[in-house]
Amino acid sequence: MRWHRRSRAGAGGSCSSHPFNLPIGFAMNDDSSERSAASVRTLELIVAVLFFLVGAVVIYDSFRLGNKWAEDGPQAGYFPFYIGLILCLSATATFLKALRRGSRESFVTVPQIKLVLSVLVPTAIYTAAIAWLGIYLASLLFIALFMWRLGRYGFSRIIPVSAGVTVFFFLLFEIWFKVPLPKGPLEAALGLS
Amino acid sequence: MDEISSLMHGFSVALSPMNLVYMFVGVVLGVLIGVLPGLGGANGVAILLPLTFTMAQTPGGTTSAIILLSCIYWGALFGGAITSILFNIPGEPWSVATTFDGYPLAQKGRAGAALTSAFTSSFVGALVAVVLITFLSPFVARFALQFGPPEYFSVYLLTFCAFIGMSKGNPVKTIAAMMLGFALAAVGLDKVTGQLRLTFGHTELLKGFDFLIAVIGLFGIGEILKTLEEGLEFKGTQAKINPRVVLETWRELPKYWLTSLRSSAIGCFMGIVPGGATPASFMSYGVAQRMSKNGADFGSADKPQIEGVVAPETAAHAAGTSALLPMLTLGVPGSPTAAVLLGGLLIWGLQPGPLLFTEQKDFVWGLIASMYLGNIVGLIVVLTCVPFFAAILRIPFAIIAPVILVICAIGAYTVAGSMFDVYMMVIFGVAGYVFSKLNYPLAPLVLAIVLGDRAEESFRQSMLVSQGDMSIFFSNGLVGSMTLLALGLLAWPLVSAVLARLRGRPA
Repeated sequence: MRWHRRSRAGAGGSCSSHPFNLPIGFAMNDDSSERSAASVRTLELIVAVLFFLVGAVVIYDSFRLGNKWAEDGPQAGYFPFYIGLILCLSATATFLKALRRGSRESFVTVPQIKLVLSVLVPTAIYTAAIAWLGIYLASLLFIALFMWRLGRYGFSRIIPVSAGVTVFFFLLFEIWFKVPLPKGPLEAALGLS
Repeated sequence: MDEISSLMHGFSVALSPMNLVYMFVGVVLGVLIGVLPGLGGANGVAILLPLTFTMAQTPGGTTSAIILLSCIYWGALFGGAITSILFNIPGEPWSVATTFDGYPLAQKGRAGAALTSAFTSSFVGALVAVVLITFLSPFVARFALQFGPPEYFSVYLLTFCAFIGMSKGNPVKTIAAMMLGFALAAVGLDKVTGQLRLTFGHTELLKGFDFLIAVIGLFGIGEILKTLEEGLEFKGTQAKINPRVVLETWRELPKYWLTSLRSSAIGCFMGIVPGGATPASFMSYGVAQRMSKNGADFGSADKPQIEGVVAPETAAHAAGTSALLPMLTLGVPGSPTAAVLLGGLLIWGLQPGPLLFTEQKDFVWGLIASMYLGNIVGLIVVLTCVPFFAAILRIPFAIIAPVILVICAIGAYTVAGSMFDVYMMVIFGVAGYVFSKLNYPLAPLVLAIVLGDRAEESFRQSMLVSQGDMSIFFSNGLVGSMTLLALGLLAWPLVSAVLARLRGRPA
């Protein structure tokens, strides 16, 4: 399902009103930082190559499984073979189209990708940390770090929010709904696991 | 009128005090999910699904569980309108069209009127769809009892071809997304031969990819990343709904009865044929704009039209509701959210499909009755609690975003108690972000993961019956016409491209 958000420029009203409240010099000098990090065309090409690779892997595996028509109907690799084939064909079509007349418009600007990465990287680290810290301690640290780095909150706000949310989830999952979540050394030390 | 007495029985099931509480809780949670960025109908229900496991084991618990989950869905459908109108941010993809007139109306100080008409039209659209489900689904189920593997395969084929034929976007990308879904569905144990497919020796891949993980990653994490690009702040207009505004708006709304009727019809059609709520809302907005005498004012900043809110909201809700019809009667979901609900049914040990109507009467009719009640509860909740829900959006993003990400991680873990799923969720999240920006549709991808195995199974069963003869898909009128219709839809983008070229270059 696509989620088209009308761009800021097109949205009118309150969204576009705030840059105009800033001093002109301030609004103008970040012209350079609005430069594109990658064009739509580049991303189209990369994604098409990835689709092609997935298709190739699927075809490769289908040969191992047998992709022929046996006496009692298709073999295990029969369906995957055609799935892989169609994937490769559609990826090739998209690749060629993007190569010939791909949009040079920006896929993402430098400040945008910085924001996205500033959330994506901590999220990846957080999910990796769950395995050895347990989900509760990892979540507490994640929320705290997020509030500190992106929200610039003080500790008087960070501690109650991050601890409150974590304790609420602990009660909700472990006590009320009895769904066990991964626990780590902290829970073991507190005798909760 | 068998249906009426069955429905009355359903009301007696759904009207237990506990079920009414679940309905209320479900709707409130749903609106909340609809309002928050990164949480939507599909992934919201997916995350809460594991919480119903214990609930479904008590007697009558499956009915309560489905009431809770479906009410979350109704709530999410209502909630999308709040952010569209007040913040110009569609909380859900199907409420994008609502922003066109809803937000300008709010800026002109008519937020109350816009919200009231959005909620009321959502309610009307849902009501039409529920009435349709009440009377049509027993008929479809009875009909589907005679279905064999070839008929089922043709239904699956029709579902997938409908996505290609009816999608507004690039059909090649729709096919690519769908095939990726099929490839992911193929991973794991092949049920027919017992061979392992695409696992390459990794034990984590034995059980294959769960589509719930894909839903949480693609729609949840992906959407958060997209939201981030727009910056960290939400700016919106104030919302106040008082009874006077509501009554005034209700007096105005009957004027648009024709628009409502048309939008309901579009919505129901697009919901049953898997087009989904999002295209339905756009299509309905477009049709209303063309048919209305004020069409030129649609979406304008000076004279935004209430009718421009009525049309998409009615259609989206009608489509969202009627997507449950094929899910219940055939076991073929029409939308990602319906797929998640179907996943719930399977986990609780219910087999969706025609037999549900004969073997699980309490469940089916309890659910259908709860659709009536849930939408009434929903209408009351949203009309009275708008300021509360709008206040949620004023919680700074730096607090709400990590909490939502934590909820997504917990949701992904609880699906199967596996950390591997949590890592996959992050990967699906990145894919969702890139795909939606490049206009690869996500709904066919998700439905292909859900239905891939079953489509293949019914195909192979048909082949066993026919000894490998493809003509079984044309062996009788029913299966033949469905297969033909599917192939027609598949060819439609090509045909229309050729027609457009011919028209563009007259001889």
